[in-house]
Amino acid sequence: MSLALDKPRSPRRPAARRGNGELYSWLFMRLSGLLLVILVLGHLFIMNILDGGIHRINFGFVAGRWASPFWQFWDLAMLWLAQIHGGNGVRTIINDYARKDATRFWLKMLLYVSMVLIIALGTFVIFTFDPNISN
Amino acid sequence: MTATAETTAGSRGSQPPVPDGAVTVTVKIRRFNPEIDDEPRWDSFDIPALPSDRVLNLLHHIKWYVDGTLTFRRSCAHGICGSDAMRINGVNRLACKVLLKDLLEKGDKHTTITIEPIKGLPVHKDLLVDMEPFFEAFRAVKPYLVTYGNEPTRERIQSAADRERFDDTTKCILCACCTTSCPVYWTEGSYFGPAAIVNAHRFIFDSRDEGAEERLDILNDIDGVWRCRTTFNCTDACPRGIQVTKAIQEVKRALLFKRV
Repeated sequence: MSLALDKPRSPRRPAARRGNGELYSWLFMRLSGLLLVILVLGHLFIMNILDGGIHRINFGFVAGRWASPFWQFWDLAMLWLAQIHGGNGVRTIINDYARKDATRFWLKMLLYVSMVLIIALGTFVIFTFDPNISN
Repeated sequence: MTATAETTAGSRGSQPPVPDGAVTVTVKIRRFNPEIDDEPRWDSFDIPALPSDRVLNLLHHIKWYVDGTLTFRRSCAHGICGSDAMRINGVNRLACKVLLKDLLEKGDKHTTITIEPIKGLPVHKDLLVDMEPFFEAFRAVKPYLVTYGNEPTRERIQSAADRERFDDTTKCILCACCTTSCPVYWTEGSYFGPAAIVNAHRFIFDSRDEGAEERLDILNDIDGVWRCRTTFNCTDACPRGIQVTKAIQEVKRALLFKRV
């Protein structure tokens, strides 16, 4: 019978976990992808199929939907997740295919600026939407 | 023989008699001679060959009897050493493991076989590439047993189940078929590539090894496993049938859940 000692004095080096950014972005892609399947398919079903589909969509329909915090949140989540999911995908493509550091940098800047602009504009509209604007 | 330009003779003299049942196939090779060419060029050879021949036999025929300047690597010629990886009809294969009968056109149509050097590594001459970037990535993942503390006085015991976990990745022969079939590796040379990850996997999941954390840390880098786009080119290319993409995914999982 041998005593099970886990090498008490062994200089085992603990892992110095370096930046896990890539890990989290990879994980985010999987999780946001799953959520987007529900959000986007639900959105498409409501907008295009339910109750006559696209023919009933007008200003009043959108106003009615955004009166409810639930649909506001739905659309907000869809906007943010789709933008970041898609943006992260394009970021990895730029990382893979840009040959020069300068090209890579500027393409990514263009991407980030466009993402921020669209997210900001969309969020702004969802929260400040005024149903009485037509009056 | 030094400083002679193109010689058209093969290194073993005139052609041997054509065997019965031989068909003539065209072998189209992407060639590059750094002393003469500025750009790679295509050369075609019409070669008599038997359906049971391997592609390596065709290359030997060209080198020995037609054009002795054709340059390629091969050593054992039996799919063990991993020297003769090349792009055959657009896919990475070992020339010594591809039979001509599997490449022949149906019916009486003439067969043309395209052979290129493996992609993503610098070409020295013809089908001969510089393997150094490939081995550099291999060395970076510490592909050897790492242990700490005192050496045991007996053999390091391992159960059959523990051995089974990394059995698949022990089969790697470092031919570079997988790494040079990876689109991420083609465009971004700093990616470790499938072969390095396979060889890291072989030790990460070995119960006798204690360096898993270090290796996982290396592969967690921006040029590590997260660069993998799961295109399965590596799995298709592997002449040893290693489930390369699966091995990469297992490393990803080990990183994700922080356990081996």
